Amino acid sequence: MGSAGRVVLVTGVSRDLGRKFARTAAADPSVARVIGVDAVPPRGDIGDVSFVRADIRNPVIAKIIVKEDVDTVVHMSVIATPGSAGGRTTMKELNVIGTMQLLAACQKAPGVEALVVKSSTTVYGASSRDPAMFTEDMEPRRAPRSGYAKDVAEVESYVRGFARRRPDVRVTMLRCANVIGPDVASPLSSYFRLPVIPTVLGHDPRLQFLHESDLLGVLRHAVVSDVPGTFNVAGDGLLMLSQAVRRLQRPTVPLPPFAIGGVASTLRSARVADFSPEQTAFLTYGRGVDTTRMRSELGFEPAHTTASAFADFGSSLRPTGGHAERALATVARRLPDPDLVPVVGGVDHG
Amino acid sequence: MGDAEIIPIGTRGRPGRGTGTAPSSAARGLATPRAAAEPAPAKKAPAKKAAATKAAPAKKAPVKKAPPKKAAPSAEAPSAGAPSADAPETPVAERPATTTRDRAPGNGIPAADWLAAVQAAAREVFGDDWEPQLARFLAFLRRRVTGDYLIDEYGFDQEITERFFMATLRPIAQKWFRIEVRGTENIPTEGGALVVSNHSGTVPIDGLMTMVSIHDHTGRFLRPLGADLVFKLPFVSAMARRGGATLACTEDAERMLRGGELVGVWPEGFKGIGKPYSERYKLQRFGRGGFVHAALRTGVPIIPLSVVGAEEIYPLVGNIPSLARLLGLPYIPITPFFPLLGPLGLVPLPSKWLLEFGEPIRTDELDPGAADDPMLVFNVTDQVRETIQQTLYTLLMQRQSVFR
Repeated sequence: MGSAGRVVLVTGVSRDLGRKFARTAAADPSVARVIGVDAVPPRGDIGDVSFVRADIRNPVIAKIIVKEDVDTVVHMSVIATPGSAGGRTTMKELNVIGTMQLLAACQKAPGVEALVVKSSTTVYGASSRDPAMFTEDMEPRRAPRSGYAKDVAEVESYVRGFARRRPDVRVTMLRCANVIGPDVASPLSSYFRLPVIPTVLGHDPRLQFLHESDLLGVLRHAVVSDVPGTFNVAGDGLLMLSQAVRRLQRPTVPLPPFAIGGVASTLRSARVADFSPEQTAFLTYGRGVDTTRMRSELGFEPAHTTASAFADFGSSLRPTGGHAERALATVARRLPDPDLVPVVGGVDHG
Repeated sequence: MGDAEIIPIGTRGRPGRGTGTAPSSAARGLATPRAAAEPAPAKKAPAKKAAATKAAPAKKAPVKKAPPKKAAPSAEAPSAGAPSADAPETPVAERPATTTRDRAPGNGIPAADWLAAVQAAAREVFGDDWEPQLARFLAFLRRRVTGDYLIDEYGFDQEITERFFMATLRPIAQKWFRIEVRGTENIPTEGGALVVSNHSGTVPIDGLMTMVSIHDHTGRFLRPLGADLVFKLPFVSAMARRGGATLACTEDAERMLRGGELVGVWPEGFKGIGKPYSERYKLQRFGRGGFVHAALRTGVPIIPLSVVGAEEIYPLVGNIPSLARLLGLPYIPITPFFPLLGPLGLVPLPSKWLLEFGEPIRTDELDPGAADDPMLVFNVTDQVRETIQQTLYTLLMQRQSVFR
């Protein structure tokens, strides 16, 4: 890294979050140049970012890293949905083979000083035997056998292997909670955009969210600050699914677990929402991650809590329910304000 | 909610004909203009009115029907302040005189009567200052409906626990099991502590009753550690997290104790609650001593709790292991009344309960490496187990009979 600043390579810029991060990084004074890499060109404005069309599954990436004199690699192209990639096989190939190629290229490039990987808390899985809050040292109770969770687990194991082989490279792995925001398109946000939200009967999972702007913030922080390690990243506090849905004022349909599969495949074929098995497990048992190390070691403070990130997401949606609330509000207007009336006779007030 | 007796409108709350000195307002309403107070219609009227009152809250507003259950315990002695204007009086008095014949069912209950009935019902439930009380209750309902409440990281919802779970369980604890609690001074008023209890009763009602008793005596919330079956079962899992429970694993136990919570643990687990009636009050193996490990690591006191009475609520006389295996449950109980009497067999027997909290066993004086000494962990586990077993025998000697 010269005095001119860092040269950052960002993978996965064709997707919204990758593109936004590349732009944020380019605006940072300590960053000299940002190179965006993806197999397909980004759709939106990429500002000062120079885009190189290359597939990370291809050894070409190694040449780019050497030629452009890249010192920081930000790997953001682990995708959660097969929909955009065109099938589960392609998705798996992009995630796992892409990461392997990228890491192989980084290992050969002597100029690389830092690697930042955006991982996901999905790696902890979701089951009835989970502890309430996962810390970074904990393993999933049941190793994931398919889907996105398995991809993330494999990507992480390759990254750990890379960190062993190149101890001089600073490797920062960010396990981010579900990213949410008004413009975010993810399996969970499309789930909450459904007009009627299907839930798993009798279960009420705990959810944690990370606001889109905080994701960009933590990635930028990881690039400029010199902290290696694995960190959970999430907004403060938790929401129950029932509570989240009530805040959105959307009606729910509780479905018994055996009916979820059918509904999920219907929704998937209608391209309304993507309901993978690990998503179903997440919506049954939920998950919470401990973010002490994010604060104490990484030194990052998210601007949004889970609740405020979700409120920001919800403000872009039109409520489809909320009749009970309106009825109660009508009655409440006819009665005196409980806060103004002095309390007589020792009543409790919550 | 048996205490909400229906009071007919128009007699100012006194059943029958009124004060005895003057005809009741119901009688006045029925009287012909010549004011001849005939006894027959006057007698019949209150019954009719009572029927109307009964029907009114049920039909009119489901919102208002709900209050009695949830808010009844919170509505304490109404203030001795000025009673509000007697609304039901006016419409009754102005109603034209009618005879019994005219009063076909569903015919001619004026809207004012309905309103008065609802108001009387509200007054009945919330006391004299029913308007602000009802408004407060509605504010609570609105908070619930809009999701405007907080949960902690284990999913504990203090508001619903205090106002709904505890309020529902309290009458069972006080009236049905007549729980007697001893040694509450052994529970620290603040900071982390681990309550270790014996487990019995086929269904873990003893855990719920312990939660209510501790909350009522110390104001603290007991945070139970539950088996993973609890978090696998639908409905139970949602309720358990809301009520403050979390999974019985080392990580959660230590995290809660470090956070200064009062944690409850039942180390016998399914061996304890699923043991046959013939083995009542014989403590089973105390797991692997994981709870002692957690307490040693965090340096919190261990408070032994002995529960007498829970063994008799569902005397377990048999088991259907094959069906239990099929359903993935630890056992399917057979009691003298279940499944013989069907759902009626699910009513627990009203045994008399005694809860005794023993003297805390301190762990903060041991050196920090103590948790890694298996022999010490076993010794402390045995000490806790022996304390609970001895207290159980003492309490059983003191008990007069199962139900008294």
